Amino acid sequence: MESDLKPQDQKDLDKFIKFFALKTVQVIVQARLGEKICTRSSSSPTGSDWFNLAIKDIPEVTHEAKKALAGQLPGIGRSMCVEISLKTSEGDSMELETWCLEMNEKCDKEIKVSYAVYNRLSVLLKSLLAITRVTPAYKLSRKQGHDYVILYRIYFGEVQLSGLGEGFQTVRVGVVGTPIGTITLSCAYRTNLAFMSNRQFERSAPIMGIIVDHFVDPPCSSQRPANMGHPCNYRAPDEEDGGQFAGVQDSQEVCATSFSTSPPSQVLHAGKEGGALLMPPHGADVHLTVEHAPNTPSSSGDDDGLSQSGERRKEEGRRSVSPSDPVESLNAFTRKVGAFVNKPSTQITAASLDLPFAAFAPRGLDSEENDPMVHPPDSPPCPSPLQGSLHSQGSEGSGQQDDFVMVDFRPAFSKDDLLPMDLGTFYREFQNPPQLASLSLHISSQSMADDLDSLPEKLRVYEKNIDEFDAFVDMLQ
Amino acid sequence: MNCRSEVLEVTVEARQVEEAMLALLHTILLHRSTGKFHYKKEGTYSIGTVGTQDIDCDFIDFTFVRVSSEELDRMIRKAVSEFKDALSNSGSDGMGQISLEFYQKKKSRWPFSDECIPWEVWSIKVNVVNLANEQERQICREKVGEKLGEKVINVVEVINRHEYLPKMPTQSEVDNVFDTTLKDVQPYLYKITYQITDSLGTSVSTTMRRD
Repeated sequence: MESDLKPQDQKDLDKFIKFFALKTVQVIVQARLGEKICTRSSSSPTGSDWFNLAIKDIPEVTHEAKKALAGQLPGIGRSMCVEISLKTSEGDSMELETWCLEMNEKCDKEIKVSYAVYNRLSVLLKSLLAITRVTPAYKLSRKQGHDYVILYRIYFGEVQLSGLGEGFQTVRVGVVGTPIGTITLSCAYRTNLAFMSNRQFERSAPIMGIIVDHFVDPPCSSQRPANMGHPCNYRAPDEEDGGQFAGVQDSQEVCATSFSTSPPSQVLHAGKEGGALLMPPHGADVHLTVEHAPNTPSSSGDDDGLSQSGERRKEEGRRSVSPSDPVESLNAFTRKVGAFVNKPSTQITAASLDLPFAAFAPRGLDSEENDPMVHPPDSPPCPSPLQGSLHSQGSEGSGQQDDFVMVDFRPAFSKDDLLPMDLGTFYREFQNPPQLASLSLHISSQSMADDLDSLPEKLRVYEKNIDEFDAFVDMLQ
Repeated sequence: MNCRSEVLEVTVEARQVEEAMLALLHTILLHRSTGKFHYKKEGTYSIGTVGTQDIDCDFIDFTFVRVSSEELDRMIRKAVSEFKDALSNSGSDGMGQISLEFYQKKKSRWPFSDECIPWEVWSIKVNVVNLANEQERQICREKVGEKLGEKVINVVEVINRHEYLPKMPTQSEVDNVFDTTLKDVQPYLYKITYQITDSLGTSVSTTMRRD
């Protein structure tokens, strides 16, 4: 394409487009990892935060993106696409959305590359952050886990939307005009979530591009199934590269967000303060300073911040699934037993564990004399003090079981006495607490008689100390 | 210069007001905030880095992205909380509108005070509904989440038209364009106002100053 751009501007523009493409991929993939993303603001520029946004670089994602680009840049007729798909544990898969970074021929010759284009690309990345949380795939990705995982694929070339099914919708994230064409970023997403077969997916596999399944077990749980990309607590860059982003390693270029200007031809106030309008009018010389730094990590403060936050999350994850947690081990132990299942411990077998409502299955081997439904066990002694008080004639301790058929108590969702204190056992033990002494009638009547007898004595004592009581009352007033 | 004005409308339950407003206001401010400017010699300046974080709503099936700045979040929450309280005090059929206005200051000579010239105003109209049962509330959670998604797309569409933005200021003028009081980010100067229309149709307007 023809371009009247100065060489420096062309070089800057190419760099902006390249890093914009890489950051776009990072934002999309990270938004589909299934976890919340959090990065820190930093008042001092770190030198590696392209577009003044704290977007972490997952090295594998950068690597895959660079492989897909293969040294080219998105341009007219050459689009970079990130395809997000869902794959179930049974192997069925479905494309959910395709994000397209394209360029059309509409040029904006007037725009300043190193200022306006850069800032607009920054705004576009912010819009991408917002929109990636809005499309339907976001909610699906947050719930990925046992049943399905979310995968991504990066390809370069022609956009392929046929895998999205009928009636897919398109949302435009934004556009940025440049002197060589207009960059557009959009997302086409599936609306029909009926399942595609595995064969259909294989048929539509593109010529270029790869499917990347990052089957990484997060450190917090060994039972979590394959997850796409890496979760927010991904620490591999610190472990492998000593804190550097591999994506930056290749080019050894960092973006120093430093803008410089020439004296403008139009100022609001006389330029005596040494400053100047930083958006000079057309024709002024504006360039972006890019520092070529050696392989240095980004500001340690920022890295620490990110890795600290990642570490915190990892610890939280660990805490919540600690194997020494008794609740967790209980859950793990009893997971397979269905609700309302409650058999004597001697009868629990592997088969019965898997059979829901096993307790209600016909028990041909049980003899009738052992059946609790026919011969109820003895009930515990007199249950409540209220009952005791109602039957004043020595009712304490007498059983009530003669008039009722007692059924063995099996509380819902409880298990057998596999543990010392099962819910049912607990309930039975504490169902019949002993009577409170003061509520028992004959004892209370006895104490009342005692009280009455002791009253005169008490009155004598109180009258003797009447001065003391009066002084106390005065003190309180 | 003409002030750009955009209106968004949402219908929510009372308990969703706060989160819905935070979602939209933060989405707008995400796009209207930059890193801190550091001016150097020879008229150059560098820009700090803006971090972002995902916020899950409790009463709406929605996640939004905001700038990672506790200070900014506190200020927005305070304004939204006042708006929510005013809405709830106005009665169950109350409608309200909260506006986020971006402005520039123009210095005037004494004895005139500085002029505040708005260049972009976002107005969010809120209709509060009462729901009868939990099933309706669950449906409302999802529906409001979808609606907020549409509003975010609207916001992004407007912002990416790349229409007027104040020119980047010199060091001496930066406070006329940006709010430089926050330590980690630098939003454009903004103020939040709200109006409550109760069931009788009367309107009460309050400005929450933030400059």
